[in-house]
Amino acid sequence: MTIVAHQKAAKPLRKRIADASEPYLYSAPALILIVTVMLVPLVLGISYAFRDIQLLNPFSGGFIGLDHFRALSEDQAFFRALRNTLWWTGASVFLQFFFGLILALLLDKPFAGRGLAQALVFLPWAVPSFLAGLNWAWLFNPVIGPLPHWMYALGIMDAPNNILSDPHLAMWGPIVANVWWGIPFFAITLLAALQAIPRDLYEAASIDGAGPVQRFLSITLPFLAPTIAITILLRTVWISNFADLIVVMTNGGPADRTQIVASYIFTQAFKRLDFGYASAIALVLLVLLLAYSMLIVVLRQTLLNKG
Amino acid sequence: MRTSKLLLTVAHRLAILAYIVVALFPLFWLLKVSVTPNDLLYSEGVRMWPSRATFEHYTFVIAHSAFPTFFKNSLIVAGSTAVAVTILASLAGYAMSRFNFRAKYWIVALLLITQMFPLVMLVAPIFKMLSPLGLTNSLTGLVIVYTAFNVPFATFLMQSFFDGIPKDLEEAAMIDGATQFVAFRQIILPLTLPGIAATLGFVFTAAWSELLFALMLISGNDAATFPVGLLTFVSKFSVDFGQMMAAGILALIPACLFFLLIQRYLVQGLTAGAVKG
Repeated sequence: MTIVAHQKAAKPLRKRIADASEPYLYSAPALILIVTVMLVPLVLGISYAFRDIQLLNPFSGGFIGLDHFRALSEDQAFFRALRNTLWWTGASVFLQFFFGLILALLLDKPFAGRGLAQALVFLPWAVPSFLAGLNWAWLFNPVIGPLPHWMYALGIMDAPNNILSDPHLAMWGPIVANVWWGIPFFAITLLAALQAIPRDLYEAASIDGAGPVQRFLSITLPFLAPTIAITILLRTVWISNFADLIVVMTNGGPADRTQIVASYIFTQAFKRLDFGYASAIALVLLVLLLAYSMLIVVLRQTLLNKG
Repeated sequence: MRTSKLLLTVAHRLAILAYIVVALFPLFWLLKVSVTPNDLLYSEGVRMWPSRATFEHYTFVIAHSAFPTFFKNSLIVAGSTAVAVTILASLAGYAMSRFNFRAKYWIVALLLITQMFPLVMLVAPIFKMLSPLGLTNSLTGLVIVYTAFNVPFATFLMQSFFDGIPKDLEEAAMIDGATQFVAFRQIILPLTLPGIAATLGFVFTAAWSELLFALMLISGNDAATFPVGLLTFVSKFSVDFGQMMAAGILALIPACLFFLLIQRYLVQGLTAGAVKG
């Protein structure tokens, strides 16, 4: 023991520095990139929220304090976007989780051709989001898509119209596309968690006479709970920031009925080139999402402490 | 008992089949419209397959539109991003997996933070930062941005693959006199090939699909990637559905190929991570 310690101390200084710096050398390239391309812009973005930054106006750039936030508090379009975000995120996450969990349970059972089935049902995840959006927009279009005609034939709709142009139904378009696209994500993570559950637990339970429902409630669900909590948290944050499908399918319309906060930010930055106001909205969204994440983490902690 | 078991099996297969049909139907429809001749497009609108199929939309898109340029640009951007991210993430993931160092927790925290905030928030600042450098409207600019966005998750992914490889392997090599970097390159990396494939594929599809930053940073046709090209195409010529869907199918091919190759490893990697956590 002492000999080893002695040898360690006797290593030349240069070697010791080289050893200590080795992990930093491995991670430095990635870190430098992340800091310059993500962290610096993040700080800049926060500062833009308090400045007047319009791309086409060379006289802009001055600090204006809380003006953007004052304007925001009176911006009806923003509050509508906030309500739409709740609806969009809640419905998408719930349906993705529900169908994803069922799929994961189905795939957890071994059967012939499971590999192929798995590859096929996970395929929507590989479809680029813009293409998924366009694809569903086309499916909802009565001119070339079958969905309006099917819904008409089933009596769900009075006439084969495009739901994307109906202010009351339009939000369902992007939600359906999002659910289709996002089921694989939940299924993949939940399947991975399912496969990590020790099989002998199930055997022991069935020897003790537990039925399938009982086994699911007392073994599967508790084992999955941490994964479910973390994936739902991540997905909620991610989906409320996810503007692609809406930008592609409806561009916020008709009459702003599908405008969510993320797409509203994009409209402000991209179409009006008002970067200051866009950053102010983004900052509000960031604070709301942080508050939500904290709430979930605290809730999970109290639940864990109780149990 | 036996019949109920049989019924259960049948129900299980039917449920799987329903999922497959729902997953594939939109893509099938894309394919169907892309091979429907223009004169049948409306008259056979809801038929499952046109009475006469054609490849004219594909030949038109390939020969007479800007899509080959978009395709090439997207390949360059997604390919370079995938390679760059995989190299950076392997190095960083290896450090996270094999070393215990003081800043490790700070680095993990930094990587997690980057996953938390809305990326839309970076649209404006990144545009302002890149334009004086001449990196807007350039593929290099896109590659840099996409690489940074994808490195954090890829690092976690690579770390979980490295964690699955026993430490003794490189310890043995180092006793034989190899430096840790040599051991990493010659012993550990080859063993992580499935992980590297998964990371490459994952990042490739992510970069292939990215829309918002491409829309913001690219304005001309010359540097447009597929999403931007297709979207401008849609808003300009929203009448020619056959050509658009042919272009869509072409855009789908590389992403799906990559995905089919790697999806097995992706579940494996996540399982390894789940077991550990």
